[in-house]
Amino acid sequence: MNITWTRKDLLEIYDLTAAEIELILDTAEEFKKVCQRNVKKVPALRGKTVVNFFVEPSTRTRISFELAEQRLSADIINMAGSSSSLTKGETLLDTIKNIEALQADIIVMRHSAPGAHEFIARHTKCGVVNAGDGAHGHPTQGLLDIFTIREKFGSLKGLNVSIIGDILHSRVARSNMWGLLKLGANVTFAGPATLCPREFEEVGVRVCHNLREALVGADVVNLLRIQHERQHCGFFPSTTEYNQFFGLNNDSLKWLKPHALVMHPGPINRDVELSSDIADGERSVILEQVSNGMAVRMAVLFLTAGVL
Amino acid sequence: MNTKSHYILSGARVVDPSQGIDRIMDIGVANGIIVDPAEITNPEIIDLAGKVVAPGFIDVHVHLRQPGNTGAETIATGTRAAAAGGFTGVVAMPNTHPCCDSAGTIELIKRDSQRHARVRVYTCGCLSKNMEGKEMAPIGSLKNAGVVALSDDGRCIQDHNLMRHVVAYAKSFGLPIMDHCEDESLKGDGVMHEGKWSVLLGMQGIPGAAEEIIVQRNIILANTIDWKIHIQHISTRESVDMIRRARARGIQVTAEATPHHISLTDECIKRFDTNYKMNPPLRTEDDRQGVIEGLRDGTITIIATDHAPHTYTQKETEFDIAPFGIIGLETAIPVCLTELYHTGILTLSELVAKFTTGPAELLGLEVGTLKNGAHADITIIDPDLEFVYDVSQSYSKSRNTPFNGMKFKGRAIGTVVNGNFVFGEKKA
Repeated sequence: MNITWTRKDLLEIYDLTAAEIELILDTAEEFKKVCQRNVKKVPALRGKTVVNFFVEPSTRTRISFELAEQRLSADIINMAGSSSSLTKGETLLDTIKNIEALQADIIVMRHSAPGAHEFIARHTKCGVVNAGDGAHGHPTQGLLDIFTIREKFGSLKGLNVSIIGDILHSRVARSNMWGLLKLGANVTFAGPATLCPREFEEVGVRVCHNLREALVGADVVNLLRIQHERQHCGFFPSTTEYNQFFGLNNDSLKWLKPHALVMHPGPINRDVELSSDIADGERSVILEQVSNGMAVRMAVLFLTAGVL
Repeated sequence: MNTKSHYILSGARVVDPSQGIDRIMDIGVANGIIVDPAEITNPEIIDLAGKVVAPGFIDVHVHLRQPGNTGAETIATGTRAAAAGGFTGVVAMPNTHPCCDSAGTIELIKRDSQRHARVRVYTCGCLSKNMEGKEMAPIGSLKNAGVVALSDDGRCIQDHNLMRHVVAYAKSFGLPIMDHCEDESLKGDGVMHEGKWSVLLGMQGIPGAAEEIIVQRNIILANTIDWKIHIQHISTRESVDMIRRARARGIQVTAEATPHHISLTDECIKRFDTNYKMNPPLRTEDDRQGVIEGLRDGTITIIATDHAPHTYTQKETEFDIAPFGIIGLETAIPVCLTELYHTGILTLSELVAKFTTGPAELLGLEVGTLKNGAHADITIIDPDLEFVYDVSQSYSKSRNTPFNGMKFKGRAIGTVVNGNFVFGEKKA
């Protein structure tokens, strides 16, 4: 495969071709080796400035990006929404223009509004990397999940990947969906009817509201975090009932193929989405996902910085 | 601009649905009144061969933003945009600041309109005090101040009992109700139509049911109270179907469609351009076709713009927090000619009726006609003029439109109010 990366921004996997996705994954493989060395650092982004702008709070994604940037030798500024001028009434656009005026090269942003990255990318010369925009996308999470699957199976083609939980509010589900479909996997979404809309069928996803149906024959199951707040909005009665019908336990585990992977983007609710022993068991690749995340983010930063 | 107050519009195709006229003929104007051309001595002749002359278009749904939000629009700029779009009259929505829930605010708008307006400004009063949906506005006083209709546009009275009383009370003053139909609990924090695209984009949706439930409520109230309720900016096929059935039963319910619901769908939002954010939201292609069918079979008798100016700063932002609404006065005729007339969906006469007799019947006003003796309010159209809309040339103070850069066929080239050209030249 011989393609060059031409995008200054990583906005959503939806925008990428299969070849571009593979290029990111191949590049991430190289950076994964770097992360396993004694000296876990390369000078690829030396002299580049990366601003981590987390308008919506985040711990694991922010730390993962920060470490990725450090390992690429970038200079780093961390900004949180609550400490930025947004609280003084400055518009997002003005904040971004100020960051640009400081000669930053890449802005890694998390924001609650879908499309916020696409909006600012239209207005700035800086590279824009999406670290989550509402329920719209979380491309580096999707890529790291796909990286993890590819690492185990070699290829995504024909694999049955089932994503379970609050699909409606999940940027992880959407980013996974676009990437998995582009690479030829079969995608199933399952969850309570209120949280798992049928409209996804229109882009080729199988949608069901029954765990068994979703798990039988699956090569991969990716369990999404259930947010307690949703039950107060009338989406489902309780996490107990959720666990009863959609939680993965040792009985439902048997419906999966014997070699199947159990994934979760974290943070996990033990004994809600999945039982503790499965989270810690041999099928689980949850912590590998975390390690792979850093390599994937290094790859994304490296590729986008190369265009600037 | 006028050299003479007596002139004849000559050689145009005159389309006047109020008289069932669609033929080449001359229209005489003397001292601001339509007259028989034979009665004018030594008139100025204005050659309009190849053009269309119609009664002045009325837009029953316009936000002029004055008083209160004059950074986005004023009576002066909004009515100039109206004139440039071919409208001779607009109904100003009452969600100003302060809102139109008192005779004083109505009188202020009327005074400012006398001073600054380029076209006729009809005022609309609120249904409830401060548009809060809790207590009835002083509807009798508003009537005395001159409002032609009542609405809480932008809001919708959720309390059905209050709405029932408001409709009955308004009936006794002869004022039609224009309702923004929206169930607030179903709308929630929605920012676009709930469907395939909101699901794919991860945005909060506004289901069609949010409109339809209130449309049905209004049909029930219009029936039991036997009074006029007008459904503003109808957006779903189901709403159209309900209104069709209600009208067939003789219930006094009318509806308007906007040019954007006729021409655009929710798919337009996939690049997060806030110029496609309005309320009710752009719906599906099936809904769009449903609205067009309603226009074709006469279920929907009015086309109105919901001209809603917002400043660049307000609108150029994250999709979630941008305000709803777009400007539309200057693009209404071009969009409708392109989408409805040149496609063969409506005849020219049917299209003109949506802007003339439709509004006149709703408001009970003696407008929208070229009968001898009527005020000379006239819209002159070149139905075949192809052009690319450039919003930077707009007379509106705001620029929030999805139609910028789009190509259209047909537009207004002259607008006459009281015999005076308020847009375009006599030599067309």
